[in-house]
Amino acid sequence: MNILVCIKQVPDTKIIKVNPKTNTLDRSSAPTILNPYDAHAVEEAVRLRKEHGGKIIVLSMGPPQARLAIRKCIEIGADEGYLISDRRFAGADTLATSYALFKAIEKLKEEEGIELVLCGKHAIDGDTGQTGPGIARRMGIPPLTNVIKVEEVDLDKKLMKVRRKIENGYELIQTSLPCLLTIEKEMNEVSYSPLPNMMRAARYEPIVWTVDDLNDVDIKQLGLKGSPTIVGKMWPPEKSSGAEMIEGSTKEQVEKLLSVTYEKRELFGVKGGEKS
Amino acid sequence: MNLEEYRGVWVFIEQQEGQIIDVGLELLGAGRDLADKLEVDLCGVLLGHNVKDSAKELFAYGADKVYVIDDPVLEKYRTETHMTAVGDLVRKYKPEIFIYGATSNGKDLASAVATEVMTGLTADTTLLDVNVEKRLFEASRPAFGGNIMATILCKKHRPQMATVRPKVMPKPEPDHTRKGEIIEEKISIKEEDLRTKVLEIVRDMNKAVNLEDADVIVAAGKGIKDEKGFAMVKELADVLNATVGASRDLVEAGLCGHDHQVGQTGLTVTPKIYFAIGISGAVQHVVGMQNSEMIIAINNDPEAAIFNAAHYGIVADAFEIVPMLTEEFRKALKGEKAGGVTADV
Ligand SMILES: Cc1cc2nc3c(=O)[nH]c(=O)nc-3n(C[C@H](O)[C@H](O)[C@H](O)COP(=O)(O)OP(=O)(O)OC[C@H]3O[C@@H](n4cnc5c(N)ncnc54)[C@H](O)[C@@H]3O)c2cc1C
Ligand SMILES: Nc1ncnc2c1ncn2[C@@H]1O[C@H](COP(=O)(O)O)[C@@H](O)[C@H]1O
Repeated sequence: MNILVCIKQVPDTKIIKVNPKTNTLDRSSAPTILNPYDAHAVEEAVRLRKEHGGKIIVLSMGPPQARLAIRKCIEIGADEGYLISDRRFAGADTLATSYALFKAIEKLKEEEGIELVLCGKHAIDGDTGQTGPGIARRMGIPPLTNVIKVEEVDLDKKLMKVRRKIENGYELIQTSLPCLLTIEKEMNEVSYSPLPNMMRAARYEPIVWTVDDLNDVDIKQLGLKGSPTIVGKMWPPEKSSGAEMIEGSTKEQVEKLLSVTYEKRELFGVKGGEKS
Repeated sequence: MNLEEYRGVWVFIEQQEGQIIDVGLELLGAGRDLADKLEVDLCGVLLGHNVKDSAKELFAYGADKVYVIDDPVLEKYRTETHMTAVGDLVRKYKPEIFIYGATSNGKDLASAVATEVMTGLTADTTLLDVNVEKRLFEASRPAFGGNIMATILCKKHRPQMATVRPKVMPKPEPDHTRKGEIIEEKISIKEEDLRTKVLEIVRDMNKAVNLEDADVIVAAGKGIKDEKGFAMVKELADVLNATVGASRDLVEAGLCGHDHQVGQTGLTVTPKIYFAIGISGAVQHVVGMQNSEMIIAINNDPEAAIFNAAHYGIVADAFEIVPMLTEEFRKALKGEKAGGVTADV
């Protein structure tokens, strides 16, 4: 079973800072990482390859530095990496991103055949989770989002059973193959990479394609031009009147806090949600 | 695309096992405002099997019309059936704005429909407005990385779509005298043609953590540093019979599970009292708790953004004040619980 995993390099949002004067992101302050959900997707692909054979191809759209994220995937165990990189892809929202990735997948499919596509549940920078379902719609295959477990794969019948996380639980879905899954963290633990993988990754050079390497691309659907959504304005969230500050020594602060919650003290009697 | 042909505000009404869930009603409230400003109808879209009767309920919450497709094939949510049904409705009736609850299925559906009808979609919005003159939907959300909000526009495509977090918009008071129109439509898909099947739905209603229904939440952030700090916060929560909440950074530090996370990528909560201890107050956290009735923030940095969102602020070292607070609450509540003796506070 050949598996294609879409992966994205993202700024480590824990570290990125906003310039308070200009309200813009100081990207230079943030190191980049492989989107954590995508790491779980690659890990799952490795697990599936162990059972069902086949090849793992990772695909990313991004600037040349995104090679690093692809190398990370090789470390986890991917076989091959492709990067589509071109100024004409830049500024894409999820609709334009899914179009570009779809065009690359079409080309890869001709060469290799692909039975399963994996994406992360969402990318931690944009945080939309829209790219995966978009790719699936374009490929005409079923998308299953928020997958926490692959229960069964039957390659002869071309069927797969997966668990999908929903509010307060999960559902068990049967789908035909090929299909696309978006992967949750609960799926697996990303294990430490074996040494040979690390060594291979260190030297690995992904195959880089530009727009011209893809077939029948409608340039109007790419990048900024192909993106229906644009950012209107950015602003710091409304400052409310602010908190009433409780001053004094720690002891005084504690006393005052007890008195401001005094009227609500009956709330502390029973645990919420366990209404008697 | 002739933008002028598109009129009306639509809300996707999600149901689970035949029951309409709250987020759709909340969005009818928000959608009502938009529709009134634009002077158009507010319409609900309800898909399922044996759901027609529930459609009437939606008028009380502000809908003028409800598009219903009632078919066995739609009984359980599936992307392939719902995407086709909604896509057909959009092509036929051409709404200008379409909002969905940002639940697992709501997000899944909206993403698929956006590609199906080739339009823009803004995820996880927390603030909705409209520029009436330009009939432009202004969907805003916290933007990545810090204390910043961004408005996302979709100028040249219709419908303008967004998903909205549950519990962010207030559920309107129902007005059962309101009337409306039900429009029934059909779906062309047959079960035999489908590639997915829902074999089983398992809902665990007795979740260990039930943040969304909690009256009191004691939430901790990176400021409590380690397991010892977290244990200290848990003790306070125990004394107050509160549920423990957390910032994402605390969850990522491995100190507690994702079930506890409050915020944009966690849960939206509206308790009566929310303690934020050692939480800086990043916008992604604040959007998940800002509608709490009383917010009490404890932070050792007087400049922390959390003090903008809080009602009461205490600048103090959590490691000093939290154990004292636990002790004093314990004493005060002991009297209360023992026999209703007024606590000495
Ligand atoms: C796409 C995206 C989605 C996100 N979703 C969420 C989300 O759902 N929920 C969420 O919470 N975050 C979310 N975040 C992360 C968010 O931006 C912040 O990084 C996070 O909320 C910060 O967590 P924190 O306040 O615990 O940590 P920090 O920002 O590190 O703050 C720690 C605070 O503790 C205080 N402190 C330190 N020592 C003490 C002490 N001894 N006593 C008292 N106070 C002390 C410090 O002054 C500081 O204010 C998201 C980010 C992105 C990019
Ligand atoms: N530029 C990209 N290159 C490759 N994969 C991507 C890209 N953007 C998004 N994806 C995939 O889509 C998932 C969801 O991203 P998003 O829709 O941006 O939240 C990610 O986890 C990736 O698997």
